[in-house]
Amino acid sequence: MTRSSIAFWAGAAVFLAAVFVMTQVVGNQYPFFAGYIILQFIALAVAWSILGGYAGYVNFGTSAFYGVGVYASVFLVKAFGAPLPLQILAGAAMGALMGLALGLLTLRMQGIFFSIATIALTIVIETAITNWRYVGGAAGIQIQRPEVTAPFDNYVQMLFFVQALLVVLAVAISRYIQNSWIGRGLQALRDDELAAECTGVPTLRLKLLACVISGALMCAVGAPAAMYLQYADPASAFNLNYSVSTLAMSLIGGTAHWSGPIIGAIVLATTQQLLTVTISSEVNVLVLGVMLVLFVVGAPDGIIGLIARLRGNRGKGEA
Amino acid sequence: MTLSDTQPPLLRIAALTKRFGGFTALREVSVDIRPGERFGLIGPNGSGKTTLINCISGAFRTEPGTVLFRGEDITPLKPHQRTRRGIARSFQIPRPFRSMTVAENLMVALDFAAHEHVSVGQRRDTMMSILEQMGLGSKANVSATQLSQVELRKMELARAMATQPKLLISDEAMAGLSSSEVDEVLDLLLSLASRDITIIMIEHIMQAVMRFSDRVMCLDAGRIIAIGTPSEVMADKHVQEAYLGT
Repeated sequence: MTRSSIAFWAGAAVFLAAVFVMTQVVGNQYPFFAGYIILQFIALAVAWSILGGYAGYVNFGTSAFYGVGVYASVFLVKAFGAPLPLQILAGAAMGALMGLALGLLTLRMQGIFFSIATIALTIVIETAITNWRYVGGAAGIQIQRPEVTAPFDNYVQMLFFVQALLVVLAVAISRYIQNSWIGRGLQALRDDELAAECTGVPTLRLKLLACVISGALMCAVGAPAAMYLQYADPASAFNLNYSVSTLAMSLIGGTAHWSGPIIGAIVLATTQQLLTVTISSEVNVLVLGVMLVLFVVGAPDGIIGLIARLRGNRGKGEA
Repeated sequence: MTLSDTQPPLLRIAALTKRFGGFTALREVSVDIRPGERFGLIGPNGSGKTTLINCISGAFRTEPGTVLFRGEDITPLKPHQRTRRGIARSFQIPRPFRSMTVAENLMVALDFAAHEHVSVGQRRDTMMSILEQMGLGSKANVSATQLSQVELRKMELARAMATQPKLLISDEAMAGLSSSEVDEVLDLLLSLASRDITIIMIEHIMQAVMRFSDRVMCLDAGRIIAIGTPSEVMADKHVQEAYLGT
């Protein structure tokens, strides 16, 4: 194991331990409600950037994957009373299949055409779920939470911890991809697809792989949301806001490094939570737009790019 | 093509036609490239040279017509599969991986196209030795966007070499270079050819083509109008007409 791997896993362990201690110590429920949303967006942004960042294929279908994750859980709970781990696994499996199908259908298209196809996917799936009576149709469906098990004494606290686990899983996968031959191949095809092919990179297969991994993670992240809200309806589960927020978080954080989407999601999701509480939930959408515009103009490589540039300048100044 | 052939051809192009809508870019092109040959490809602008290269490297699908490489029909294969079988190319307008350093550009080739499975350390050694040969040793950790035009051309050739090709196709690697830079790149290509790599060179600079090639083929409007030794082709009436007009 290299030194940076040891540091990474030590950091992940400290993070999980801190989250766990928090669930045992903090009595107020609000931090968990808000924290769950922030963790959810971190995991979504990290998952998104595997295809959107490394491969440069901008996916507007985050809401489709997230919503399918939500409804996979709804179906499993209603049909079989499936436990949470099974809901997440089934969500991941559905996401992987969906990623494969989406990839096979659309990854031959490049650039904006791919992005448009992913928006269409969201609308198609939302329409299908809206017309599926068994899972509640347009009116939505109430979900009963089961009893919470020790060591947690509240279901939301447990979901908070589970989401933290998903964050660590997503980040570990993203980091592994970036540092491996897969990451190098994706980076090459993002820069120049034909040159990558002619250098031996199987571009379609790598894009499919990225799409499958990214999709599986997004669905897995969506799966616990049904239990979190105890309610699901198509309009909120497939809300385009998930797609836009996730994309904005990744781009604002920077997609050149696995840590970019984490930073972007923390900054943006925290700001949104604070604004929702202090001003209104409408203002946070406005802030998202303003920040996205500011970053596209002022720091196109995101916070990560900004830091790298500042460091570079300082290095030159010293030399 | 020539009757004195004893070895089977490395590359056989048979009755290859390429149409773009109503426009026929290549008409029934057939040619054999022998192992170890230095093959020059010339022709006026728009005569189909780069289209032919795209058909050989797999960037374009061809129908009808076949491309055989070392006896295998590679017509249905994708570019990366052809690269792994030993066909490498450079691009007329350099296409580096811009977000990477020079070294990383070559590592992509070594990661994906190299035939034998070797350790990361060995791959780095191979990468450095290719960069040294190409005169880019000092540029290994420089971003590909910071290279000069001649360095970009060399890096394209270096990246192609890192795929360990048997056939290297150089698409106007000397376009836009000064005469001393042309000599530099030409010497590089000649040194690669001396190491058992078959090279197809597309070039407009006749001096370079004459010095480099064992054999030259001239395309005009998608047809082969002449093929033979450099001096034969230069003396050909059709070639002179194609270049100078009648």
